Amino acid sequence: MKLSARTERQIIYTLLIIAVGLPLVFPIGWKTEVSGYTEMAYKLIEETPAGNVVLISFDYDPSTITELQPMAEALIEHAFKKNHRIVATALWPMGVQMAEKAFQEICAAYPNKVYGEDYVNLGYKVGGMVSIQAMGRNLKEVYPVDSKGTHYDELPILQNIKRLKDFAWIASLSSGVPGLKEWVMVAHDTYGIPVTGGCTAISAPGFFAYVNEQKQLTGILGGLKSASEYESLIDRKGTATSKMDAQSIAHLLILVFIAAGNLKVYLSRRRKRNA
Amino acid sequence: MKRNTPLIFAFIVGMLVILAEFIPHRPFGELTSTLENWFMIISGFAILLGQISLIRVNSHIIYHKESNWQYHLAGMISFFLMLIFGILWGMQESIGLLGHGERISQAIGMKPFDYLFEYAYMPLSSTVFSLLAFFIASAAYRAFIIRGFESNLLMITAVIVIIGRSSFGSMLTASLPEAYRFWHIPRLADFLMEYPNTAAQRAILISAGLGIVGSSLRIILGIERSYLGGDK
Repeated sequence: MKLSARTERQIIYTLLIIAVGLPLVFPIGWKTEVSGYTEMAYKLIEETPAGNVVLISFDYDPSTITELQPMAEALIEHAFKKNHRIVATALWPMGVQMAEKAFQEICAAYPNKVYGEDYVNLGYKVGGMVSIQAMGRNLKEVYPVDSKGTHYDELPILQNIKRLKDFAWIASLSSGVPGLKEWVMVAHDTYGIPVTGGCTAISAPGFFAYVNEQKQLTGILGGLKSASEYESLIDRKGTATSKMDAQSIAHLLILVFIAAGNLKVYLSRRRKRNA
Repeated sequence: MKRNTPLIFAFIVGMLVILAEFIPHRPFGELTSTLENWFMIISGFAILLGQISLIRVNSHIIYHKESNWQYHLAGMISFFLMLIFGILWGMQESIGLLGHGERISQAIGMKPFDYLFEYAYMPLSSTVFSLLAFFIASAAYRAFIIRGFESNLLMITAVIVIIGRSSFGSMLTASLPEAYRFWHIPRLADFLMEYPNTAAQRAILISAGLGIVGSSLRIILGIERSYLGGDK
């Protein structure tokens, strides 16, 4: 039976939607193994002493929320657990809302965390890498007020923060440019601050080169799998863990498609040979 | 003159920034800091310019009813709706021209701008990105075909990474004895990502870096002029 390309596509799409949908409704609860890159990022935060001020940059928008938001929430939760104080920034305009959403989610479990003292959302700044360079010289010049309009000097969390060098570590959750690469180039390479972060699975291979002996990147979270690994490390029942089942089934289905594609080509070649 | 002025500016500014990297003394630090501020201000205006351009291009298409003009109309309506809601009642904790819009917020649970962002923009945006999964599945069916040495290599690598990046991979070879741990699929996938992939990525990064240096020098020295617009 010969199927048209359109029918084949329809079958592939239907099977995929079932494969992704079913585990979301009926979670399987498969465990994921923690990779070295995720463990490095975890150790950086775990080993930073309590009370330090850290920076998380939300350099993404809602299109990649499925992969990056669970990472953001896990990083915030881990930092809160370790009593780090968090300064959030955004190099993408909608990163501000992403940060707000992540803080809302985590602060529900940490009601004692106070805005302005334990965490602050400084908001979006245009300019990408140049903004980071400017933050390296003087943070107050770049962010005279936070996203709510409160002046820099009125925020207790920023009392001892003058420039990037004053942060214990920086994490960028990035889905493109400007993002993690720019933070590595300026924050780590120029100022020597430990930088870690997360990105979508599709862009992760491009960042592995920065995880090197110079520790340009101290570990990297690549995609949903790393997010679920991080959740398991901090013992968090987050969304990444439940979504990982769907991704695993989808991966298996793609393997079946690859096998079916090869079988189809093999049969067609044999038919041609016999004709 | 019209053409030479930006070229002279590009040369002076470009040389200043390069020199400042090597001379950490006055007045280079202050100059670079001022230039950074200028860059951020100009970037801010670029957003405004982008919006003006968006309105011009779309209104032209809608006015002349060019192909798919309905989508452009929907885009413009969405753009202005968000803009008007943002101006009138603000977003999150910022105030708009008509205050915070308490009555509307009570009715719908949040400010109109935030409501549209949360329940329209965010799901639509994630949906569009998620569509990639369908294209990837369809492409895998067609592209990973055994043809020759290179395609076999590509397919084997892809299969290892696909299984290795799923929870299923670690279960599949979990019972391997310690001596054969290298063949544990997630470890094999990590090896592929860490060594062959990173080696290739580094080569690409170095080449791209050299390319950026070359094209930056061409712009600073006025050889590359395409950024000025026009044919030359």
